Amino acid sequence: MKTKKTSKRIYLDYAATTPVDKAVITCMLPYFNKNYGNSSSIHSMGVEANKALEKSRNIMSKYLKCSPNEIYFTSSATESNNWALKGIAFANKAKGKRIIVSSIEHDCVLNSAKWLESQGFEIKYISVNKDGVVNINELKKLMNKDTILVSVMHSNNEIGTIEPIEEIGRLCKERGILLHTDASQSFGKMNLDVEKLNVDLLTASSHKIYGPKGAALLYVRNGVNIEPLIHGGGHERGKRSSTVNVPAIVGFAKALDICIKEMKTEDKRLIKLRNKVIKTILKKIPQSYLNGHPVKRLSNNINLRFDFIEGEALMMELDDKGIEVSTASACSSPKLESSHVLLACGIEKKEAQGTIRISLGRFTKDKDIEYLLEILPKAVKKLRVISPMNLKNC
Amino acid sequence: MYTDKVLKYFHKPRNLGKIKNADGIGKVGNLACGDMMYLYIKVENIKGKEVITNVKFQTFGCVAAIATSSAITEMVKGKTIEEALKVTNDEIIESLDGLPPIKIHCSVLATEALAEAIYDYLKKSNKPTPKDLEKKHESIVRHNEELEERYEEWMENQKE
Ligand code: FES
Repeated sequence: MKTKKTSKRIYLDYAATTPVDKAVITCMLPYFNKNYGNSSSIHSMGVEANKALEKSRNIMSKYLKCSPNEIYFTSSATESNNWALKGIAFANKAKGKRIIVSSIEHDCVLNSAKWLESQGFEIKYISVNKDGVVNINELKKLMNKDTILVSVMHSNNEIGTIEPIEEIGRLCKERGILLHTDASQSFGKMNLDVEKLNVDLLTASSHKIYGPKGAALLYVRNGVNIEPLIHGGGHERGKRSSTVNVPAIVGFAKALDICIKEMKTEDKRLIKLRNKVIKTILKKIPQSYLNGHPVKRLSNNINLRFDFIEGEALMMELDDKGIEVSTASACSSPKLESSHVLLACGIEKKEAQGTIRISLGRFTKDKDIEYLLEILPKAVKKLRVISPMNLKNC
Repeated sequence: MYTDKVLKYFHKPRNLGKIKNADGIGKVGNLACGDMMYLYIKVENIKGKEVITNVKFQTFGCVAAIATSSAITEMVKGKTIEEALKVTNDEIIESLDGLPPIKIHCSVLATEALAEAIYDYLKKSNKPTPKDLEKKHESIVRHNEELEERYEEWMENQKE
């Protein structure tokens, strides 16, 4: 494909992935060809690498308010989520067979759950309300003596809704049920305290916070029984074998470090931009709607839908104007299915079609938002002119 | 994933819109993703031949759906009805330098919309309909019913 005529690209897909921060790259570089030792080796080079690894682990544990030996590094959030579900299921199968997940989890949680079902576990799904908040009463009813694990994401990757994990954690604790939360989208954006949240397992990923791809973590509370997913030479205290990806993990830790330092100001800045987009668009464009919770939502997430048009077309129209967003429309999905998250919120198929997600981040400038607000209404209008569904109004 | 040609047709669709007093209208939809395509034709008798002299489209759907519906209008404009019915979705795809495999069905929809428009024209003008066109029509009608239900509310908008 030829390069686009619009040379400046405005990236508004930070929820998908983020660029690696320059400071993070600088931090990682020595671990590629200077301190490249294997962190399990006991010679000097190995010891150096191990030091860097443990320092990184400390940064993680301080942020999560847990002990360093409760942090296990993995390769991706998908791996962490797979491990959490499968590892807990198999280690605790003598206690019970029921696992409860929310209906809006990421595919890696849902598909792990489905696979566990084929292995004889019983999977129950908690519904959500129209804003995407899990139904606590339903969860209470589903938690029985046979339940070993509940998995509810901290915030949703598509619609940005933040879930009441603290409350869910309390309910689980009272009943002696383990709680896992996929915090991939929340990590580094807000304070996460595993004690306060009452979670036993937590997933986080590096590439969502301006760190490199290929590094992630699973927090596992001390005393929790979990089977390893990857067997081998006994890395990560025998729980996750594989030569440790030291450069990526060093980068992950540095990335978190920067997020923590900037958290307060960045949160405020993004919320302001986010609200401005939502308010302006809902006002300017008829038959447009916000998906997800209006307030309990990630500072950087905007998920909008527009009647009469399709999301992939809108995304490509914006792309032509140099703006990069994402869509979960049926046409854009590999199976031509509407987003399970939007359907779970009770949004009809025809409405889910015209959905796009705009996610902001560290390098989003005020003027990028101005530009978006100028282009988006035009793009919607253009597609509505093409659509046979909208002959009269907008 | 899309070729430059697809993007070109998508960004600058040809023959977009509606024909008032069209001789034939084809309304088809895709059950899987829910896209809808409307195709309008004007047919004139030129030297004893029924020629499609004007054709327009409207599409609610993805990039491929918009591009293929625009492309087919260009391909059949000026053709006789018999010629137009021979246009295959492979030819449309070829004219666009290819489509991603998952988007092939969008091009099928374009040929169906055309077939329906021609069917509509033949019916309205009390002319015989070829057998395979009749067959195509039957299957289209079946899945259209379900889509009409889905879009009922939005279609209400169109009644002026
Ligand atoms: S219109 Fe849905 S995939 Fe093309």
